[in-house]
Amino acid sequence: MSAVVSTQAQDTQDQAALAKLRRRRQLVMFLRIAFLVVVLGGWEVAARTKAIDSFFFSMPSAILGQVWTWMLEGTAQGSLWEQIWVTLSETLMGFFIGSVLGIFFGILLGRNALLADVFSVYIKIANSIPRVVLGSIFIITLGLGTASKVALAVVMVFFVVFANAFQGVREADRNLIANARILGASSRQVTLAVVLPSALTWIIASLHVSFGFALVGAVVGEFLGSRKGIGLMIATAQGTFNAAGVFASMLILAVVALGMEYLITGLENLLIKWRPAPLTE
Amino acid sequence: MNSDTPNQPAIELERVTHRFTTPDGRALTALRDINMSVGRGEFVAVVGPTGCGKSTTLSLITGLARPSSGIVQVMGKPVAGIDPRIGFVFQHDAVFPWRSVLYNVAAGPLFRGESRQVAFQKAREWVSRVGLAGFENHYPHQLSGGMRKRVALAQTFINQPEILLMDEPFSALDVQTRILMQDELLKLWSNLGASVVFVTHDLEEAIALADRVYVLSSGPGTVKSVYTVNLPRPRIISEVRFQPTFVELSRRIWMDLRQEVEAGFNRAAEVSAVGGRL
Ligand SMILES: Nc1ncnc2c1ncn2[C@@H]1O[C@H](COP(=O)(O)OP(=O)(O)O)[C@@H](O)[C@H]1O
Ligand SMILES: [Mg+2]
Repeated sequence: MSAVVSTQAQDTQDQAALAKLRRRRQLVMFLRIAFLVVVLGGWEVAARTKAIDSFFFSMPSAILGQVWTWMLEGTAQGSLWEQIWVTLSETLMGFFIGSVLGIFFGILLGRNALLADVFSVYIKIANSIPRVVLGSIFIITLGLGTASKVALAVVMVFFVVFANAFQGVREADRNLIANARILGASSRQVTLAVVLPSALTWIIASLHVSFGFALVGAVVGEFLGSRKGIGLMIATAQGTFNAAGVFASMLILAVVALGMEYLITGLENLLIKWRPAPLTE
Repeated sequence: MNSDTPNQPAIELERVTHRFTTPDGRALTALRDINMSVGRGEFVAVVGPTGCGKSTTLSLITGLARPSSGIVQVMGKPVAGIDPRIGFVFQHDAVFPWRSVLYNVAAGPLFRGESRQVAFQKAREWVSRVGLAGFENHYPHQLSGGMRKRVALAQTFINQPEILLMDEPFSALDVQTRILMQDELLKLWSNLGASVVFVTHDLEEAIALADRVYVLSSGPGTVKSVYTVNLPRPRIISEVRFQPTFVELSRRIWMDLRQEVEAGFNRAAEVSAVGGRL
């Protein structure tokens, strides 16, 4: 009898807790939207009442209008979708090549103490150069086409991935390596079966950051000199003092970046399904 | 392997000294003039205070480390590199967290160049032999500590090692699980007939499992004394500890070990006091 009562009590308690959780989630959602409305609404009102100069700061309605025009009529250098595709493909190529090179050299140097000692100093020097300035050199040597943008993106991505892969190799569990060796693994098998998987957690953690860097590389490259791409749209808008055009390009970039972020999270979950589910969310 | 001389002991350490270079560049003597000999098929336990060099001794036998002086011989030959006849069970989980149970157990045969079919066939047998049938496709993080230990045992035993080294393998388990695992180990060992060096800080575990118990003294590690355990086999762990022989031996070794533990404790206290003053 008392057991029945206590399960009922338990049930109502559970339900109360659930309801509380749901209310909190609704509150968070409401506040998020409210924040957006206040910021965008404030901007729009300030611009229309001339509190701020819409020539410099534009306004949300003009920005959306600009995106809309681009979608319907295309941009000065061709259709909007083509510009997005050009930037995206440069980013993806740079991201891919930079990641592969970063992983390869990170593991090579991480596994070989002599190489690491010899090259670490040069990598530090190379890493200390602000890499976007290399964009000018790439445009001079590789021209206005895709290659110079990809090269800049590769350079941006390489160092992030390299540093993480290197660290990941160094942090690989000594016990696991010893265990693999005693079980009979050759040095190559240790690298493939132990070092690479444990470095992968670090590498994957860096993919979010390095994708952002790849996008920066591609866009800055286009900005510095190109015939197509979102970076060129920004440069063109800037040249004609079209503030709405600059903001609209930024908005498009943000959407592209968020979409890719989503895909990378999916890839991450696929690659490390052996990990226990994180405790939060 | 026919070149073995079967009357040679499985493992022999002769006046072995091992020094580490500490990060600040000083030499730290972890082991000094250790003599130890393990016969074929013998089960030897090593006890001693923390930091007395038990793990170091094992890595000298595996060939993961080389002695600063003295000779380490396995099956009558000086150790040169990692010997495929040796199996090692680690204190902390050393199973591959990104691999399923089945793959973890199959790792040894796969590394050693067996075909996938043979390796997984063997692995399936060993998984069920350690009582994990049905868990083949689980990942280690989905298992309890005791189950992960069973994976580690299967992973080691599948290679049929002639020499089995174990470094405090059960110290992280709760008491009930530990007793189950000890029984399991004795059962597996009696089928395999390997020579075992079992490191533990648990004196009762040492006596319950071993034929002989080495007591090491600390700072730097030396062999303090060796005791022979005259308990009949097969042993049942939960019962053996109530036998008079066991109780008496346990008391004798403890008297011996206690001085070392206290000495080690005092040394540590002194060091930290000095460190505190500096
Ligand atoms: N890689 C190392 N470098 C320097 N000192 C070490 C290293 N490994 C162990 N030691 C030292 O050697 C001594 C023995 O260590 P260890 O064999 O791990 O002891 P135990 O396993 O008995 O607890 C300890 O004082 C420890 O600090
Ligand atoms: Mg130890």
